Amino acid sequence: MNPETVKHLFDHVWKDQDELSVLTFSLNGETFAIEAINVQEILDLLPETRVPGAKPFVAGVINFRGRVIPIADLRRAFGMEATEATIDSRIVVVELTLEGEPCLVGLRTDKVHEVTTLPHAAAEPPPIVGMRWRPDFIHCLVRRGTDFVIIPNLEVIFSTQPARSAA
Amino acid sequence: MTSLDPIQVFRTEAAELFEQIESGLLDLLNDLSDQDTIDAVFRGLHTLKGSGAMFGFEALAAFTHHCETAFDRVRKGQVPATDELVAAVLDAQDHMKALVSTPQGDHEDASNRLLAALHAAVGGAATTGHVVTPPLPQASAQAAAPASAPAKGQAFHIAFRLPANAMINGTNPLGLLDELRELGECTVKADLSTIPGLGSLEPTDLYIGWSVDLVTEQGRDAIDDVFIFVMDDMDIKVTEVAPVEAKAAEAAPAAKAASPAPEATLQKAEPAKAPGNEPKHGGKQAENVRVPAERLDELMDRVGELVIAQSRLSQLAGSSADLHLRAVSEDVERLSGELRDTMMVLRMVPVGSLFGRFRRLVHDLARETGKVIELETEGETTEVDKTVIERLADPLVHLVRNSIDHGLEPPDERVAAGKDKTGRVILSARQSGGEVIITIKDDGRGINRDRVRAKAESSGLIQPGQMLTDQELLQLIFQPGFSTAAQVTNLSGRGVGMDVVKKTVEALRGVIDVRSENGRGSEISLRIPLTLAIIDGLLVRVGAGSYVIPLSAVEECLELSLEDDLRSRGRSFISLRDNLVPFLRLRELFETGTPPDRYQKMVVISTGDARVGLVVDQIIGDHQTVIKSMSKLHHDVVTFSGATILGDGGVALILDVTHLVAVGQYQEAHLRAAG
Repeated sequence: MNPETVKHLFDHVWKDQDELSVLTFSLNGETFAIEAINVQEILDLLPETRVPGAKPFVAGVINFRGRVIPIADLRRAFGMEATEATIDSRIVVVELTLEGEPCLVGLRTDKVHEVTTLPHAAAEPPPIVGMRWRPDFIHCLVRRGTDFVIIPNLEVIFSTQPARSAA
Repeated sequence: MTSLDPIQVFRTEAAELFEQIESGLLDLLNDLSDQDTIDAVFRGLHTLKGSGAMFGFEALAAFTHHCETAFDRVRKGQVPATDELVAAVLDAQDHMKALVSTPQGDHEDASNRLLAALHAAVGGAATTGHVVTPPLPQASAQAAAPASAPAKGQAFHIAFRLPANAMINGTNPLGLLDELRELGECTVKADLSTIPGLGSLEPTDLYIGWSVDLVTEQGRDAIDDVFIFVMDDMDIKVTEVAPVEAKAAEAAPAAKAASPAPEATLQKAEPAKAPGNEPKHGGKQAENVRVPAERLDELMDRVGELVIAQSRLSQLAGSSADLHLRAVSEDVERLSGELRDTMMVLRMVPVGSLFGRFRRLVHDLARETGKVIELETEGETTEVDKTVIERLADPLVHLVRNSIDHGLEPPDERVAAGKDKTGRVILSARQSGGEVIITIKDDGRGINRDRVRAKAESSGLIQPGQMLTDQELLQLIFQPGFSTAAQVTNLSGRGVGMDVVKKTVEALRGVIDVRSENGRGSEISLRIPLTLAIIDGLLVRVGAGSYVIPLSAVEECLELSLEDDLRSRGRSFISLRDNLVPFLRLRELFETGTPPDRYQKMVVISTGDARVGLVVDQIIGDHQTVIKSMSKLHHDVVTFSGATILGDGGVALILDVTHLVAVGQYQEAHLRAAG
């Protein structure tokens, strides 16, 4: 991915705003953030139904208020190891636009923290080198104290990941 | 809900009118002297003109007016109906459709050309000398005054009363009176007898009736035309009065108008279009309510949720000892079942509405190709989900076109082959289990298998000499870009279409069967599931997961004994009443990683003639299944056609029968080839 595209994606998520309202959660020790406006609901873990033959990234479905929605595991996209569910585990239901149509997806998380605002000034585009994750899966990194928060690019992850993991 | 766009309302109405006019015209071709049909077409044209003008489609109204005028003369017997006239009006009707869809477009040239054709058709057919085809702009005026109209004028006594809500509905009585005045000298009297006391008077209601004495040079029809839009709801009595008695009639009190006039001329004045005569036509049309499809869909969703809630309730009640609770739960179950059935019926539309469109298509194709074609339809009353009907329209057009263009031979070729000159295309629909089967059958030359094979080999679809079953070979015609037509005609032969047919049918979870006999014709059957929303399913357990098999596909359930299971290792066939049935172990297919139950069951499912057994761990029972579509992220999983929600809130996946049967058949073919 060339630097211009990265810059474009970076600008896209901020849309000239100084602050971004996000929901933060953790996965295998890393802190992630999703734009709060896309979050539909946070659920306790529900019984999942495995879909035989589906990609491991979206291996199951749940009943979300009478709708059958897929459950995705972001760990797969970021090459993390699967962990056992804990008492803190939650499902975050987000609305994505896939192929021009809205689509609800549940994301498995280890723990949901808070809804907060992230300042634009602290944000950086993902570094092109020196990162073990695919750069186009990440909108930007936001410094927070000594650590940083990852804002994943869900659209890209969901439209490319299944094909990749199948290969 | 959004408020209704009047233009849209008009377009819907116009579409219906076009359908009505068209079917009338086509009926007319069978019997050119059928007065009822002529009247029906005329009425359709007239309404179209009227509503067109009302909604601002001026060009349409003006153009339709000419067609109406032409038909008016047919209606009055001044000119006979001819094939040319019907053809001209059919063409004109297509132009009207264009005028409705793009009123701003430049239609002048087409309008004039069509009108010229129309007048040629009417004028050329005129048998008597006194009807002279007038130049276009004056056509209306000339025709409006029938040649037989008396020179001096006739006296009429007209008594009419509009419904009380007429003014709310936008009818202006003054306008009607003005129109009457334009016809000739008239005296108007108001009938005030029914005006209530001030206390009970509704200011928006119309209480006044009128009686009019009119002397006009224009005939009785001109009077009818004044009232044509309000005639259905109003009381009207028109009596022809001998001129000398005009004065007496004038003197009579308005109330007298209610009693029939005693004159002998009454017979002649018997209104051709008075309300009394109308029921003959009106009675045919059942009372309908037009509901936007999306509201039906909303209702469908609610019913779906109710069905889910109900199955949870009956599960609770089943595990409880409370008899009252059980009784209530059973009632709710019955009610929700009935509600579901009613709901399904609401969405059902008779296939006839779809078949109707093909009469025109066949008519046009017959003219274009010079073939003599007869279209027969069967089972028009078979009902199918509305969505299915809409989506099937295009594929069926392709199939009918193909039958006519590729299948049917030209008349001389047919005669040479010892067949009847008239080629027959039969469109039929019937219900069979949970499927509706729509068949397009022709008695043409049939599909030439050698040419299909040659074409498939030359375009690389199959290897030269590749072994194919007959059905596989015939199915090749549905491959994209496949066409055996040596020449590309205007109708078909471009190789687009047949693959669209296949895609559409598959999207509806349907299957296509092709049968063809050389020299005898071919038959293409579309098998489509009846509904897309709720089905009866058989709930089974495989490993730890629950799955639903559409009950309509289930043939039987049997036990797979341990011996059978062991014996069938490696060959996966069982013998079922002397038939070998291949089976699939769903546990292995779904990679459950669990040991098989001691007593495994086998569910035999079928589509058409093909059967396949599915080995499951347990059969739980039947289950009303509300189909939820799978997310886009799972579109690559072909084993399942959807998902449903169980009574306990869990999700069960619905097996895609067509796919599983195909897998089973493939496995069978594979094993046969190997063994």
